[in-house]
Amino acid sequence: MTRKKTKEQLSFFEGPVAPPKDFLVTKIAKKKTAAIKDSESPVYSVSQLNREIHDLFETGFPPIWLEGEVSNFRHHTSGHMYFTLKDANAEIDAVMFSDQNALLSFEPNDGQKVLAFGHVTLYERRGKYQIEIEQMKPAGMGLLQMAFEKLKARLQAEGLFDVEHKKPIPPYPERIGIITSAEAAALRDMLKIISQRYPALEVLIFPAKVQGEGAALTIAQAIRQANLYSSVIAPIDTLIVGRGGGSLEDLWAFNEEPVARALFESKIPTISAVGHEVDVTIADFVADVRAPTPTAAAQLAVPDARELLLFLQDRSRRLARAQKNRLNEQEMKLNLILNSRGFRKPLERLREQQQSLDYAKEMLARSAKQKLLGTREKALSCVQRLESLNPAKIIQRGFSVIESLEGKPVRSVQQITVGDQIKIKLYQGKLRCKVTEKEEDASDGTQTRKSA
Amino acid sequence: MELKLEKALERLEEIVQNLENQEVSLDQSLVLFEEGVKLADSVQKRLSEAQLRIKKVISEAETFKISDFEI
Repeated sequence: MTRKKTKEQLSFFEGPVAPPKDFLVTKIAKKKTAAIKDSESPVYSVSQLNREIHDLFETGFPPIWLEGEVSNFRHHTSGHMYFTLKDANAEIDAVMFSDQNALLSFEPNDGQKVLAFGHVTLYERRGKYQIEIEQMKPAGMGLLQMAFEKLKARLQAEGLFDVEHKKPIPPYPERIGIITSAEAAALRDMLKIISQRYPALEVLIFPAKVQGEGAALTIAQAIRQANLYSSVIAPIDTLIVGRGGGSLEDLWAFNEEPVARALFESKIPTISAVGHEVDVTIADFVADVRAPTPTAAAQLAVPDARELLLFLQDRSRRLARAQKNRLNEQEMKLNLILNSRGFRKPLERLREQQQSLDYAKEMLARSAKQKLLGTREKALSCVQRLESLNPAKIIQRGFSVIESLEGKPVRSVQQITVGDQIKIKLYQGKLRCKVTEKEEDASDGTQTRKSA
Repeated sequence: MELKLEKALERLEEIVQNLENQEVSLDQSLVLFEEGVKLADSVQKRLSEAQLRIKKVISEAETFKISDFEI
């Protein structure tokens, strides 16, 4: 980078305007002229002179950006830094006090080109002028770095980096998009990692130009295309935007506003993956997640199927164990209940009752039998008695029954008149007889009255 | 359509925790157990049978041109 170019870029970035070269000369010349007019040579002490020169630097010389190479660098125990800044033809002493150099993002080295911001002053004790540095950046990177800082500050103020906008990366994606150069090694590295880790996936590559003229615009466009694809064709779970390592200039597209805007607008969660671990880009601040490298992005974007299988195994085992425990426990509970007094007691009672029922039945049967026996005996004697009363039997024993011809039983002699015909039933037959005589008993049964 | 992998894993985790928690009835637990085993099997099958698909997408004249991409 030439000095001329640097100056142009300085003014582009609204850096301080360098003072005219004859600035100091004019001021000192004015004083000299005044002294001669007085025709008295004024006598200065060295201190006075140095004080005046000091004041000239302090009041009349605005702060400037100075580019030069560091040499004779000393970081004093006091914390202050002393060194020389030089180019091919000239040099100037430089000092950077500890409260300022504490903010440095790098430790300057001899031979390093730096871009320093500070003001020229005089070290009165030694009568040496020097530049007192307030800020310093490595040069070369310096101007890009300034652009970076400026855009970063602006986007940050706008809220593009705010945590509340960060979308979580889906842990088990089905489809991811990669925005990078289709020919680059970084893409092959990512695809290798992805195929090793998680095959249950569709990877969509949205090729983009990742460096050189117009790269930022093609990256931004690819991000928008991926979002369009996601909404009209098939949803994309995660978008990786990045490229492999390179110089700051190579990576520059990822520090440009179009890429930052497209990342911010993306509905798909984004992972930035630019260069190496040490490379930090604006894209990294805007993306939902920053991966230090493309391969790291691939690891962040997809889970590890082997871990997932281990997880499944573990959960299957836990399922089986939990269920086995439950069944064992239920079995134990059941046994406990079956063996419990509460459960056995009703059984005992049942058995007892069965026993008494059996007993009662037995008793009943016995008494019924006895009753039946008694009844039979009674019935038998009744039959016997009845039989003994049967008239047929009586006739058999030698008695006979007298009836009138009409069949009326004749119970008394008084019913008969001599000459009456009567029927006599006797054993084995009947007789018809004519009464020829009758004798009537006296009422006391001792006298008889004969009639014929 | 099968359950999304993420949902399937969430459901599996939920089932395991429910089963490990003793408050589930025996009947419920049998249903959960079966569901859990099926989920674990289907996810495992999905993972082991899956084949990585890589495609290149280029947008052309308002449409997308999709082609297979060889590593």
